[in-house]
Amino acid sequence: MGVEKSTIEIAPGVRQVPGAPVVVTTIDKVVNWARAGSLWPLTFGLACCAIEMMATGASHYDLDRYGIIFRATPRQADLLIVAGTVTKKMAPIVRRVYDQMPEPKYVIAMGSCACSGGIFKTYAVAQGVDQFLPVDIYLPGCPPRPEALIYALLQLQEKIKKETKRWGYWR
Amino acid sequence: MSLVLEVNKKQKGKDSWEEPFYLNMGPQHPSTHGVLRLFLELEGETIVNCDPIIGYLHRGIEKLAENLNYNQTIVLSDRLDYISSAANNVAFALAFEKLLRLEVPRRAKLIRTIVSEMARICSHLLWLATHALDIGAMTVFLYCFRDREWLLNIYERICGARLTHSYVRVGGVRRDFEPEVIEELYRFVEEFPKRITDYETLIDTNRIWLKRTKNIAVVSTEEAFNLGLTGPCLRGSGVSYDVRKFRPYDAYSEVEFEVPIGQNGDTYDRYRVRMIELRQSNWIIKQCLDRLSETEGEAVLAENSPDLLMPEKVREVSAQPHPKLGVMFKPKEKEIVPVGEAFASIESPKGELSVYVVSDGSSRPWRLRIRTPSFVHISAISHMTKGHMIADLVAIIGTLDIVLGDSDR
Repeated sequence: MGVEKSTIEIAPGVRQVPGAPVVVTTIDKVVNWARAGSLWPLTFGLACCAIEMMATGASHYDLDRYGIIFRATPRQADLLIVAGTVTKKMAPIVRRVYDQMPEPKYVIAMGSCACSGGIFKTYAVAQGVDQFLPVDIYLPGCPPRPEALIYALLQLQEKIKKETKRWGYWR
Repeated sequence: MSLVLEVNKKQKGKDSWEEPFYLNMGPQHPSTHGVLRLFLELEGETIVNCDPIIGYLHRGIEKLAENLNYNQTIVLSDRLDYISSAANNVAFALAFEKLLRLEVPRRAKLIRTIVSEMARICSHLLWLATHALDIGAMTVFLYCFRDREWLLNIYERICGARLTHSYVRVGGVRRDFEPEVIEELYRFVEEFPKRITDYETLIDTNRIWLKRTKNIAVVSTEEAFNLGLTGPCLRGSGVSYDVRKFRPYDAYSEVEFEVPIGQNGDTYDRYRVRMIELRQSNWIIKQCLDRLSETEGEAVLAENSPDLLMPEKVREVSAQPHPKLGVMFKPKEKEIVPVGEAFASIESPKGELSVYVVSDGSSRPWRLRIRTPSFVHISAISHMTKGHMIADLVAIIGTLDIVLGDSDR
């Protein structure tokens, strides 16, 4: 109650003490801001969508400006972009890569194949990556355009910003 | 090839450490170009044996094609070698046209040649980008993707898709070029040779590039034949074999171009061959564009080409009347494809891509067999890596220009 009287709201959820270089906010806000601003996806290309993922990271669309930098090891990544068809042979490996990532971790199912199996309704293809991974964002398209991937990443950032208490011991 | 191994054996004598060291590389590895898994047997840092394990992207395309009609199958061909979809589309369409005995209009042939050469440029640019990135040149990656985006934008103007076009149809192409596309392509072919010079300035005489590519994975002419290499990998070993020259399809018989060959058959030569091919493709596009104006206003789809829709069904009287219900009618698809088999092969950016199709008269292929270059090239890895260092392995994978969607199908 006292905080609201003696501070001014400068941004949603962020309040400043007038005249002092002090802001008051919640830990959720700070943690989510940091997490959303530095999403590090794993360089993990499976099929066609990986080419569009590369194109998004390369010079023309340049994901670096969102703080999104591709990492080659799951130990340093916190976002798994499942880019392409996941076959039944590949599914355990995708799952293992996901398990190797440290918390907090997010998954984007990129492309129709990763969302639902796409046009490959065959004996060899897992019908959707959500059969064995908790998917945060579904991104349909065959393959989705780089703009679509950027939109999915921005939507994921919005989702992360709304999280509560995903830090500390009780998360 | 195995010089290093021999030296090691001599140095160590008989009392060497017998037990080999095994290492697994992939399928999650950024420089295996997809989901290739390599099982390495090492002696120190030297590769004694390299066993490629594939199948991590097997999607059953050949089986899936048996349940789709001919035009729908072309959509599957996009996902084979997804870097150069247009070339795959052409291979499929050529096989089906042989089966249907269709004559493609000249304008469609020219357009097909243009799009498949654009696919070659796209594929080689992506190859150069990733190959250079694996070896350690980041700038080339950014430059190549910049120019690749230009081509993808043109593709988007042509057919609405960036990567998986399905632009080529059985009997021609889906729609004609717009005038803006031709203007944009003219701008591209004017500008692109300068861009190639840019890449060459970056890496052609770069000391690191030379050290990493010269005398790496040397394949002699005989070895290249025995391994079944095709495309730039075969031409890098000094064999002037190009399907576009030997069995010309589409409009390749009426355009001029050179087939570049290498001298030593090492990684650097294969790189040079692909760089010259970029220039040649550019030249082919230019010639085809000039010829397009001669065929202004012609149709781009053969008149008797099969409909994209499922064929109409005819009511056929069942052979024996039903005991209770009387005479039955069962719908049966109209036969649009003659019984027989057809084979077509093209020079895809990665090598020779062949399609063999068997028809039983129905509207769907009875069997579709695809011979892809990447599959053959992956089998060559184990021969090419023997005696090389682990660090050269990514250069060897890069130089073969493999795509796992192409290999596993």
